[in-house]
Amino acid sequence: MGKLNIKIKPKHLVNYTIVLVMLLVGVVMLETGNLRPSIAQLFTQIGYSIILAVSLNFVVGFLGELSLGHAGFMCVGAYIGGLSAVLLKEVLGASAKLPVLIIAMLIGGFSAAIFGFVIGLPSLRLKGDYLAIVTLAFGEIVRNVFMNQKIFGGARGLTTGSLTYDTRRAPTLFIVTFIVALVMLIIIQNIVRSKHGRAITAIRDNEIAAKAMGINITFYKLFVFIVAAFFAGCAGVIYAHTTTPVLYTFFSYNYSIEILVMVVLGGMGSITGSIFSAMFITIVNFMLQSQLSGDLASLRNLIYAIILIVVVVFSNAPALKSFREKYSLGALFAKLFRGKLSDPSKRKDDEAKWDRVPTKIKMDALLSTDLNVDYTPARPEDVSGGKEGK
Amino acid sequence: MSDIMLKTENLGITFGGLKAAQDVNICIRKKQLYGLIGPNGAGKTTIFNLLTGVYKPTAGKFYLDGEELTGKTQEAINRKGIARTFQNIRLFNNMTVVRNVMVGLHNNPEFKCNPFVSAFRLPRHFKVEKAMRERAKELLRIFGLEDERNSLACNLPYGKQRKLEIARALATNPKLLLLDEPAAGMNPQETEELMDTIRFINKEFDLTILLIEHDMKLVGGICEELTVLNFGKVLAEGETKEVLNNPEVIKAYIGD
Amino acid sequence: MITLIDGLSLGSIYALIALGYTMVYGIAKMLNFAHGDIIMVGAYAIMVTLSQEVTKAIASINPGLVVYSPLLAIVLSVVICTILGILVEKLAYKPLRGASPLAVLITAIGVSYFLQGLAQLVFGSQPKPVGSAWKLPAIEAINKLGITTAAAVTLVCGIIIMIALTLFINCTRTGSAMLAVSEDRGAAILMGVNVNKIISITFAIGSALAAFAGMFYLFQIPNTEPTLGAMPGITAFTAAVIGGIGSIPGAMIGGVLLGVIEKFCLASPLAPYTVAIKFSLLILILLVKPTGLLGKVVREKV
Repeated sequence: MGKLNIKIKPKHLVNYTIVLVMLLVGVVMLETGNLRPSIAQLFTQIGYSIILAVSLNFVVGFLGELSLGHAGFMCVGAYIGGLSAVLLKEVLGASAKLPVLIIAMLIGGFSAAIFGFVIGLPSLRLKGDYLAIVTLAFGEIVRNVFMNQKIFGGARGLTTGSLTYDTRRAPTLFIVTFIVALVMLIIIQNIVRSKHGRAITAIRDNEIAAKAMGINITFYKLFVFIVAAFFAGCAGVIYAHTTTPVLYTFFSYNYSIEILVMVVLGGMGSITGSIFSAMFITIVNFMLQSQLSGDLASLRNLIYAIILIVVVVFSNAPALKSFREKYSLGALFAKLFRGKLSDPSKRKDDEAKWDRVPTKIKMDALLSTDLNVDYTPARPEDVSGGKEGK
Repeated sequence: MSDIMLKTENLGITFGGLKAAQDVNICIRKKQLYGLIGPNGAGKTTIFNLLTGVYKPTAGKFYLDGEELTGKTQEAINRKGIARTFQNIRLFNNMTVVRNVMVGLHNNPEFKCNPFVSAFRLPRHFKVEKAMRERAKELLRIFGLEDERNSLACNLPYGKQRKLEIARALATNPKLLLLDEPAAGMNPQETEELMDTIRFINKEFDLTILLIEHDMKLVGGICEELTVLNFGKVLAEGETKEVLNNPEVIKAYIGD
Repeated sequence: MITLIDGLSLGSIYALIALGYTMVYGIAKMLNFAHGDIIMVGAYAIMVTLSQEVTKAIASINPGLVVYSPLLAIVLSVVICTILGILVEKLAYKPLRGASPLAVLITAIGVSYFLQGLAQLVFGSQPKPVGSAWKLPAIEAINKLGITTAAAVTLVCGIIIMIALTLFINCTRTGSAMLAVSEDRGAAILMGVNVNKIISITFAIGSALAAFAGMFYLFQIPNTEPTLGAMPGITAFTAAVIGGIGSIPGAMIGGVLLGVIEKFCLASPLAPYTVAIKFSLLILILLVKPTGLLGKVVREKV
């Protein structure tokens, strides 16, 4: 007994769709004249937050190295890309907005990538906590150095006023931002779903075994750091186009942590999660910023902190294991669609047992090959279990 | 071409003052099933770690198929043709069974595909992925794991995890396979099956196998020759039957 | 010379904080990212006790007591920090015992955010000066040499506290239990050590040290603000890592080293790059010795 089972798993397509939909909504609003400048700004912010969160997730969720210096890469991109944009603009003239932005983005991205290479090197020798502190140190060093360079405006910051996209007449920066986000998603997701992604997750799961399998650890660690840094740098260039002056204080380790919060909230190793939480946090930030002023703004940090603690404790505490199993999202969905909690004994092995997964990464659900013609012997669990696994 | 697959010359390593292995000379012929036994703490796993580059030997050299590999990195040694399993299983727990094996296939020249090709999904990417999956399935079939290929590795029962580890090591296309206590934690029936499988891959893949084992039934059943280690030194070596009846070996195992 | 003394005194503040990091790491195997913010809480405790309102309240009971209010401030700050340390451990970290280190680290970051946010909510983000009662008397003999009283007191007290801690760990039952837990938690449990209690004690001691550090810090910069603990916290963390996290003498050496380097940098033309230099030092040391100066090399069993 058996059946020809054609599985199409469009998980990664969901991510493209989300970004495309946002882009479309933005464009439609723009065309109909409903796009207020502040909303255009929000769209841009969402765009670069997505870029930052997903690229950090590539390092933390897939490679399994904790990086607390992601804002440092952004800082490099913002300063170097921002400055080159200002200079380019003088050369190419004010009308060449898009070429300036693209060239500046490449310059900023590649210079950040060079830093990514540099910070990737210690990751070859250091593990876990030690690497985390080194990445944090890196972010602070970058900030400190840029702060003291006259060419970048010193302590007053880099003036990028001439770049600021006039949100009233041409609020188009968000379009570019979402396109960059899309390109990044394509590249990162494709890599993750290839043999290279497997090698990267193998390093995360068991570095010793990965070495014994002949995986080139040096190459992949550097590769991941470089790719992530490149996109963080691009995000920095975009940021430089939205704000003037570009000030070193913005890129403190608090911002690195904010990006990390996005990754953690979305679930490490889940790109869709990162996208949603980047959207969510950016929108919440935006709303709180307009609602709360002065010291009440700290309420925001407080809310963050509480969400962060509760989410992490809830999803990781060994004592809450049974509670989690009962009320996990998967179980809730099953309940919604079937009107009853699924019978645990009937679950297929496919499902990640979260308590055994160190950082609760649901890699394999994400990595499933898109079009996969499989001849599988039909088992009763196959039909029922497959859905609950997600 | 000589007939020797693995040769170690006075291989040794010292940790601080402790000589964990000393003057170890092992010589394994091609396609041989060779056993490495000894009481606990005799330095068997240390030898494996030396042969796979986890530790750098402080003395001596070793050659695979006539090529010196002393001091090479783990990755390089694996690519030269030594694959291993671990005493405490080290699978990629959050990956499915089939993907575990596909990681083993990573460096196979047939499946070359650079990151750029993957990032933009050029046709080669799809070809390689499909071929890798097929090859992985074939390997899993040998170990009877085909039906579990989409389960997470950590959800397999213990015995199957051991088998998966062997399958994964085999995927790297080694000349020499090192098995570290492959039967540990298996029941007699599973051990029996494992023996058959080991014999099978030994024949089918023209593979030289060096294994550490405590189960004397398995050792006696499949190994052609043995080396016995005690306190980091070679205590005895030779034909399995002779060695197992050697009074010194019995003494080392049972004590005075 | 004066720079050296200043450096040593700043270094002993860092060392006190670093001790907290390192002890918690050694025993609970976690990075307590929120440790720096305990200093901040301690500083606020002092600030509140010495504020005009509280001073008035004390005076209304008995005007003679006002003289003792700095002392009260110190005691309160230590007590509050100790309780806070234990509380944080019980609420945020204990549920995660046995979970992945990354989860614990992120929770610690959350706690740090929380404390900063709370302080900002209650006290505002602007720096608040500590009352004028918080001043050390001038000591002629030292001040003539150009050394401030604050530096001298910090240095002396720092050394005393560190000696006391070393004695406590090496000569008491609790101390040896702590060492045992940091060496091998499983074995310690089997030997009947109450690991939960030991971890709580560790947090308590670490937080008390942080309170002292906050106190000395206020002697140097008599202002409190919500982010007060962040920079000394991270620097001390760096110091603990440089010294080899988990190692108590390492934390002291690392702290003093960083303090001296910072002061010398600030006195040199490289002053704007002080932060960069401190952190570069960390990276360099870790690249040469991945577990810090006195850290144990742990070989992963294969």
